[in-house]
Amino acid sequence: MLDFSKFTLENGLDVIVHEDHRCPIASVNLWYHVGSKNERAGRTGLAHLFEHLMFEGSAHHDSGYFAPLQQAGGSLNGSTNCDRTNYWEVVPTNALELALWLESDRLGYLLPALTSEKFENQREVVLNERRQTYENRPYGLALMALTASLFATDHPYHWTTIGHADDIRAATLDDAHAFFQTYYHPGNASLTVAGDVDTAAVLELVRQHFEEIPAGPPIPPVRIGENSGPGAAPRSEDTRLRLEDRVALPRLYLAWRSPRLFAEGDAGMDLVAEVLAGGKTSRLYRRLVHERQIATEISASQGSRELDGWFSIMATAAPGQELVELEQAIDDELHALAESGPDEAELSRCFTQVDVQFIYRLQTVGGFNGRSDQLNAYNVYTGDPGFMNQDRARYREITAGQVAGLAHRLREPGRVALSVVPAGSADRALPGSRPAVVS
Amino acid sequence: MIARADRSRMPEPGPVPPTRFPTVACRQLSNGLALRTVEHPGPPVVTFWLMMPVGSAADPAHAHGLAALTADLLDEGSVERNGRAFHEALAGIGARLGTEVGPDSTTISISTVVQHALEGVGLLAELVARPRFDPADVGRVRDLRRSRVQQLRSDSGAVADRVFIETLFEGHPYGHLGLGTAASLASLTTGDVVAFHRDAYHLGSATLIAVGALSHQQLGDAAEQTFGALPVLPADPGVITAPADLATVGPSATRLVLVDRPGAVQSELRIGHVAVARDNPDYHALQVLNVVLGGQFVSRLNQRLREEKGYTYGVRTGFDCRRAPGPFALHGSVQADATTESVQEVLTEMAAIGADRPVTAKELEMARAALTRGFARGFETAGQVARGVASLVLHGLPAEYYDRFVPAVEAVDAVAVTAAATAHLRADEAVVVIVGPAEALASELTGLGLGEPLQVEA
Repeated sequence: MLDFSKFTLENGLDVIVHEDHRCPIASVNLWYHVGSKNERAGRTGLAHLFEHLMFEGSAHHDSGYFAPLQQAGGSLNGSTNCDRTNYWEVVPTNALELALWLESDRLGYLLPALTSEKFENQREVVLNERRQTYENRPYGLALMALTASLFATDHPYHWTTIGHADDIRAATLDDAHAFFQTYYHPGNASLTVAGDVDTAAVLELVRQHFEEIPAGPPIPPVRIGENSGPGAAPRSEDTRLRLEDRVALPRLYLAWRSPRLFAEGDAGMDLVAEVLAGGKTSRLYRRLVHERQIATEISASQGSRELDGWFSIMATAAPGQELVELEQAIDDELHALAESGPDEAELSRCFTQVDVQFIYRLQTVGGFNGRSDQLNAYNVYTGDPGFMNQDRARYREITAGQVAGLAHRLREPGRVALSVVPAGSADRALPGSRPAVVS
Repeated sequence: MIARADRSRMPEPGPVPPTRFPTVACRQLSNGLALRTVEHPGPPVVTFWLMMPVGSAADPAHAHGLAALTADLLDEGSVERNGRAFHEALAGIGARLGTEVGPDSTTISISTVVQHALEGVGLLAELVARPRFDPADVGRVRDLRRSRVQQLRSDSGAVADRVFIETLFEGHPYGHLGLGTAASLASLTTGDVVAFHRDAYHLGSATLIAVGALSHQQLGDAAEQTFGALPVLPADPGVITAPADLATVGPSATRLVLVDRPGAVQSELRIGHVAVARDNPDYHALQVLNVVLGGQFVSRLNQRLREEKGYTYGVRTGFDCRRAPGPFALHGSVQADATTESVQEVLTEMAAIGADRPVTAKELEMARAALTRGFARGFETAGQVARGVASLVLHGLPAEYYDRFVPAVEAVDAVAVTAAATAHLRADEAVVVIVGPAEALASELTGLGLGEPLQVEA
């Protein structure tokens, strides 16, 4: 679906170029194959804190990265998840060299400019990001409670990317330097340049800016402990947790371990999510929100990541309704889907819904989830920037029977049920729930 | 051999590539409905927006939330088919329905892949012209929206937005959020919805905007086949209040409002006042002023509160330029123990930029550059283009306006920015809304000199 050229420099940097001449802009998108999965206990949150430091200046431009790029009419940002960290700029084409100069300077020459003053400032900013996005937001700590329970302490998805507040406070400038030296290498990165550009000219510019950066040592492997690895016994019992929060309406989260990204069953779980909660024709919306009116909102998603996945269903209780009712109604629908599978028209709509996402996703060249971000994602996770075609095709092969089989797995024991209830109403959690530990 | 980059200085970007807003073709369908089409080559996507210049400001005083409830109910089915069948039809072509109700306008949109353009715009016409408004659906959707009101009371950002607008625009059509309140929603009936739809959705003042990877002819044909036979009645002056008829609002007597959120680790802040309408002649100078003050990452307020102090994940300011004067506001949340200091910083910077610390030459250049050089980025997708056209139509701006935007911003000089700040930024009238831990804050807030905080419920 996307034309591109891929090159690999001698230092290991993957370079992908995608031409699209409709709009006079260029997108620079750089993925580093490092995320919170690479952190160690006691220093969670370091990958994300480090991402912030990448915007604070490098040896040859020792001040903020926003100023020169906004001056050039560009936009820029970055993000961190459990598997990777990405950085991007979208600039008018005349500023492409500026963006590459800056990206290469922070890869090649960050540490001389990384001072304790910057580190302390961004640590405070990140603690405020944590307060804003998790601690002071309704239901904001639910994801932390879920992943901490789904994944044992020896699994790198046990903690969330924002990290523990105490770990963020404990991190040092030395930790940041070591993190950079360990993970920020050309060989651990994938650079995509897309937009109104010429492939040969881009390659030349990239070589001028990135070739001088040494390859760096190999990346330490990510370890999944024996309690969580493929050999570990599956959970034989459900877990029930509760969290009291500043919320008006109780909410139920059900979560399961599920196939990792692109593994057998991953695409099928996307269709399970679509059948259950994709829009107003979905089974759970019809039953819980529309007909019985016991829930105000419903969602389901297959969160597939590089090492592992988790499938989750979320339902918020309507005023006066209790989570036990919601759980029972969801179980009834899971049972029905596992028994009979989706009907033909239902499955066909789900195919269409999933399939058009691939077209809508083509609309932007840069930024989060734009074409350059997708090319890098496919390159980092599969080695093939053009994997979009296979990604799209894998949905078409899924049968109603397979969807039923995957739904059946959600009927087996081992799930985590998290009740988030208004503070002081612990009794509105599912019976037998124990307090979740979050910070 | 490839030459190494020169690291002794950053590359200077060359001339900015010329960029133009795509051509907007204007015509009327055979029934008189205004149509705007834009050819937008690229991914095979098309979007149809029906924009009506009636929004939540048209809610009757006793019926806040009616405009938004009416829009929300459209997809519960048409005269021809019920809500379920309607959504099955939407899903069957992979279409997405969008509903936006702002203070001044309502926009209903459908986006789909080009091969389903005709079916998509047909569904849009069906839900707008012949909604079902079954009383059972009205009651159910109204209750869902009441639950939402209840839920948002524990969301500090939503509480701050509501209290801020209620304080600034007390008794004014802009003085409530589109969602309405639990009490106002409870009183709404199917009759209210049917009447509002009759008065506001009559197409006499509406504009259909079509943008996508099709020709003007194809877009126009699809529009004609679906919307062309619908009745178009003239605009009803009883519903659409002309901006000039909206009462002007004086400065708020209340300067400091505190909503208690016991034990909260941050304070949510809204700081500002009623400012200007979209037709204000200082519009472009205000855009430049805003970029310097708080409109982007590199702005005085974000640099100070985030990059120097570390008190926040980020703050932003903006002039919400509506058909009648809308709010200027700072949005953001700060760690609770830095609340008073942060508020003081904001008020100080608001005052300084029109007085003792006017924009510098460097700031001016950066702000103008950010607005003009980044222009092309804003119109990459069909949806972005449609939004741009909808804004032109709503504010009565010419189809070529976006080509005038860059020169107009480039013409803004320091004198104009200072004059705009002096005229339209009034730190000494600003209302400060804080949603935070009252017990910890109440005593120190008096140091702001804004009087005793008015404490209100979330």
